Amino acid sequence: MSAEPRDPTVALVASRIREDELRLMAALERRRIRFVQVDSRKLVTVLGDPAPPWRVALNREIGSTRAMYAAEALETAGVRVINSAAAVAVCRDKWRTSVALHQAGLPTPRTALAQTPEAALEALATVGYPAVIKPLVGSWGRMVAPVPDPQVAATVLEYVGALPSPQSHVVYVQELVEKPDRDIRVIVIDGRVIGAVYRRATGWRTNVATGAVTEPCPVTDDLAKAAVRAADAVRAEIAGVDLLERADGSLVVLEVNQGVEFSGFHRALGDRVDVADEIVSHLVARTGP
Amino acid sequence: MEAVMDKCPVCSTKVSLGGAPRMGEIIQCGDCRSELEVVGISPLSFAPAPEVEEDWGE
Repeated sequence: MSAEPRDPTVALVASRIREDELRLMAALERRRIRFVQVDSRKLVTVLGDPAPPWRVALNREIGSTRAMYAAEALETAGVRVINSAAAVAVCRDKWRTSVALHQAGLPTPRTALAQTPEAALEALATVGYPAVIKPLVGSWGRMVAPVPDPQVAATVLEYVGALPSPQSHVVYVQELVEKPDRDIRVIVIDGRVIGAVYRRATGWRTNVATGAVTEPCPVTDDLAKAAVRAADAVRAEIAGVDLLERADGSLVVLEVNQGVEFSGFHRALGDRVDVADEIVSHLVARTGP
Repeated sequence: MEAVMDKCPVCSTKVSLGGAPRMGEIIQCGDCRSELEVVGISPLSFAPAPEVEEDWGE
């Protein structure tokens, strides 16, 4: 397929082509779907200009700020974007995600938002120790700090207060859930669970990006219901839902990811699931006749 | 598909790619382990991949 076919059906919007994006492009080509690769770093949208020729844009931009604005810009130009700008805006922000999950009645870790680092100590006292201080926007477990007691919390918050961005001074704190050495990643596409994996780590963080190992996880009814409801709560058509197991075995929803990374998923499930093909199936369903 | 080749912009070692490289594809130099981005296809060319930004990730 040429890089820019005439009247492509799908735009794959990305600035960084990883193994996941290569799988997606291979899946599009296998189905002979015309697509164009759009480098989101070069994307310019002029208000009032004609809409691009694509029927749908798959938003795979790795930076959540650019992912949100690119989706907004393309939607303004009349393009159907998956995931939508609204979904990206919720998923990229941990507080907004927590609010959406809470309002949907889903079990989540006890969570609070403090408007200043000083107020965060009171928020932590309310949530209880041990707790976690997280940046509002960020992923792969970066800059997330477990705080076992008020003394450590005060030290971490001093550093938070010294960060330059005003947004950094709005502090998201959360109960540190006592759990096994693993969490659960569930991929949901269009309200359907594609599969689930455990992410196991020796440290307290279980992000694949920080070295967690993935293993197959059985999809129980409870797990499937929680994951589907969570994806719906943030309006994500393609979602990576992270669940934690409490000591009593009950599930809590930690977060929902909009730019799902699935290489670790494939390492655990092999050929049993083809996430890229499932995503492409969803795009085909959304592009219409 | 024949392998295509360019020099690593960091250490100048020759880096070859089999198959059909994609614009924006991220690869690793086998010698210096630098992350490289494919910035040209014909002829193949690399640039150092962008550094991870604060809001990157899922």
